[in-house]
Amino acid sequence: MRTPFKQMLATGNVFIWGCAAGVSLSLLMVFGLLLLIMINGLGYFWISDIVDLTLKDGQHVMGQLAGREVIPRTITPDRPEGKSRVRVKIGNRDLSGLDFKWVNDDQIVSEAYPADVVLLERREWGNMYARIQAVYSGEKLLAEGNEAGWTALGPLISSADDLHRQIKQIEQFEIGAINANIERLRLKIRAMEIEHPTSPVSSEMKAQVADTETRYREKSAELETLRARFDEYSVVMVDANGREKQIAVGQIVRALRPNEMGVWQKSWIYLVNVWAALSTEPREANTEGGIFPAIFGTVLMVIIMSLAVVPFGVLAALYLREYARQGAMVRLVRIAVNNLAGVPSIVFGVFGLGFFIYAIGGTLDTLFFPERLPTPTFGTGGILWASLTLALLTVPVVIVSTEEGLAAVPREFREGSLALGATKLETMLKVVIPSALPGILTGLILAMARAAGEVAPLMLTGVVKLAPALPLDGSWPFFHFDRKFMHLGFHIYDVGFQSPNVEAAKPMVYITTLVLITVVILLNLTAIVLRNHLRKKYAGSVL
Amino acid sequence: MYPSPLSAHEPSSAPTVHSQVPDVPNRHVQPPDKNAGIQEAKLSLNQINFYYGAHQSLFNINAQIIKNQVTSFIGPSGCGKSTLLRCLNRLNDLIEGARLEGTVLIDGVNILGPDVDVTDLRKRVGMVFQKSNPFPKSIYENVAYGPRLHGMRQRNQLDQIVEQGLKGAGLWDEVKDRLHASAFGLSGGQQQRLCIARALAVKPDVLLMDEPCSALDPVATAKIEELLFSLKQDLTVIIVTHNMQQAARVSDWTAFMYLGELVEFGLTKQMFTTPAKKQTEDYITGRFG
Repeated sequence: MRTPFKQMLATGNVFIWGCAAGVSLSLLMVFGLLLLIMINGLGYFWISDIVDLTLKDGQHVMGQLAGREVIPRTITPDRPEGKSRVRVKIGNRDLSGLDFKWVNDDQIVSEAYPADVVLLERREWGNMYARIQAVYSGEKLLAEGNEAGWTALGPLISSADDLHRQIKQIEQFEIGAINANIERLRLKIRAMEIEHPTSPVSSEMKAQVADTETRYREKSAELETLRARFDEYSVVMVDANGREKQIAVGQIVRALRPNEMGVWQKSWIYLVNVWAALSTEPREANTEGGIFPAIFGTVLMVIIMSLAVVPFGVLAALYLREYARQGAMVRLVRIAVNNLAGVPSIVFGVFGLGFFIYAIGGTLDTLFFPERLPTPTFGTGGILWASLTLALLTVPVVIVSTEEGLAAVPREFREGSLALGATKLETMLKVVIPSALPGILTGLILAMARAAGEVAPLMLTGVVKLAPALPLDGSWPFFHFDRKFMHLGFHIYDVGFQSPNVEAAKPMVYITTLVLITVVILLNLTAIVLRNHLRKKYAGSVL
Repeated sequence: MYPSPLSAHEPSSAPTVHSQVPDVPNRHVQPPDKNAGIQEAKLSLNQINFYYGAHQSLFNINAQIIKNQVTSFIGPSGCGKSTLLRCLNRLNDLIEGARLEGTVLIDGVNILGPDVDVTDLRKRVGMVFQKSNPFPKSIYENVAYGPRLHGMRQRNQLDQIVEQGLKGAGLWDEVKDRLHASAFGLSGGQQQRLCIARALAVKPDVLLMDEPCSALDPVATAKIEELLFSLKQDLTVIIVTHNMQQAARVSDWTAFMYLGELVEFGLTKQMFTTPAKKQTEDYITGRFG
């Protein structure tokens, strides 16, 4: 007679339950993590109401509520619920030196949501929560009081916004072009000097240089006058405790009155904020503004990496599986490839630095760009070297799954093709590789997922905190493989852990994480859709 | 001329006896019926020995395969029928450690020579496999695969060849409306006929069939057998089969192989009525194998 327990073991129900529990736990953790990131990240874009807390000592604390918690070590037997406190984002960093403030609940006398409080988003010093006292044009008073000031401020901010756009246009394109011109002339002269050290620089060249420099000075002067117009208008704000602060209108990104806005208006602002985060450049040491350059850098890097890793990995796998004599040597190579996948990524970073940047990049510089030295062109980190380093890092994954894909192509396909008079190469190209494509794409998907999330090797091979220009832009030759770039993974590290204002940067970390995950998912989805399409096309293949 | 389908060699050069078949003292095989009509040997197999590494799997095979006739190879599993077939289009070249001795003459030319262009040979000697193996492409692309390989690019010419191939394999009427659908949508028998069409599209003179019906139902089998009668108008067909009724139905000549040796080779009628060897009789009557 079997005991029920033994019977349960014998039928295997226990193990099925165990497996189910394991899968559920994993799923729960994955979705829990995603949910946490989404709540924290997406909540940031919502403009919450501004609260005005009156304290026992008569002071006011005004700002946006950012959390509530039980004060540690206040739970006593006679007060089991403990004391609680709220965290308020008080902004006004220039006045108080802090972004956040803890207020104990028992200090609060009253709580109000005054409709007339203004939220100023500024280009420096973060948000300001205050009321408008007066708006000035230079020394002249334009409007006085909160309401009149609010009406006067709107058009001033939008004209300042136009001014910013104008300045950016001049900086980026006109001055950028002049700078590129000056640099080109300088390099030309330098190259001539290297070639003919004795002959003097031609007067024509000198005139050109002088001409461009004059144009540069003109443009700079124009910029200066435009910049001066930022300070033309100013607004005097007064905070909840009566402290005053004068702010140039050019410093203001936008002014809002959250307590006046309805749900629809806030939802609109929410969408505007999301779009701004995805499409604009960072401000204030990356803690404010958008993350567009990082998204762009990440995607471009993954694409370059894919372009490098697929041919390389597929050729290696083809050789190993189809051409090499299967023996001890091939087995050894396979073991080495598999082990390569386990090498810490920072080691690849060091290799990339030594091999790509110093050896190859340095050689390229001395051969092709001697006039630019000692400033390195390719002899320093850049998106090309970072992508190639990641390609090395991910090539084992592509090799392994391509080999699996090739092994899964039935022998009958090869024999059928050979029996029709195809050569081995023709058979490879027309039958075997197309059938193995889903396997190759599986490898690419795994490689992209790994590459998009790597940070350590990038820190050595070309990622920076703030890149002045994108690696792909409108100036010739459009692709600038030598440029440094920004990356979402590094952005998380930088904003979250290297920022001077960690608390204020926290939502940015969540957003960046969310965007990184989304980018990886989107890249993978693209590859998966492509793979499914191919699978349907080559319905006979197994992988 | 009335050549013998068996060895072109004189009895003096007949292969030596191998211990694997102790009860066959002599390799001598029944001569063919002289009344079979004027016949010309398409293939001539002389002293074929085949080794997988140290293991020998074919022993001194000698045979003449007559043009525009169907020759079937029968015998129990592992007797070397398929190996022999694969020697004829040198598909065994792919196997590492395989070694082939002897000569195979097609139209008098030795195809085992080192200077033979293997792709050219395989163009002339088509093959249909045991398991139907259409490529993961459309029906049209499957048939056009061979001609495209050999440099045909013109669309109308390709269309014509595809149609001819499919008609030759008796598949045209069934698929003409869905030429660009996946070949995997066809039934097993249709897939096998598609493979025949694919082989025919390269216009071979010899068609090798390696148990082409072993995975098919009786209806599909009957269709392919019917096809063989029309195919032999233009081709020399060599078919390997496990099914003795099939061999009896479709082939003009039958060869019985056992343990890597060719035991008996003669006209099908004679083989199945009055076999010369006791072993052949035992196998045909189902006493072993």
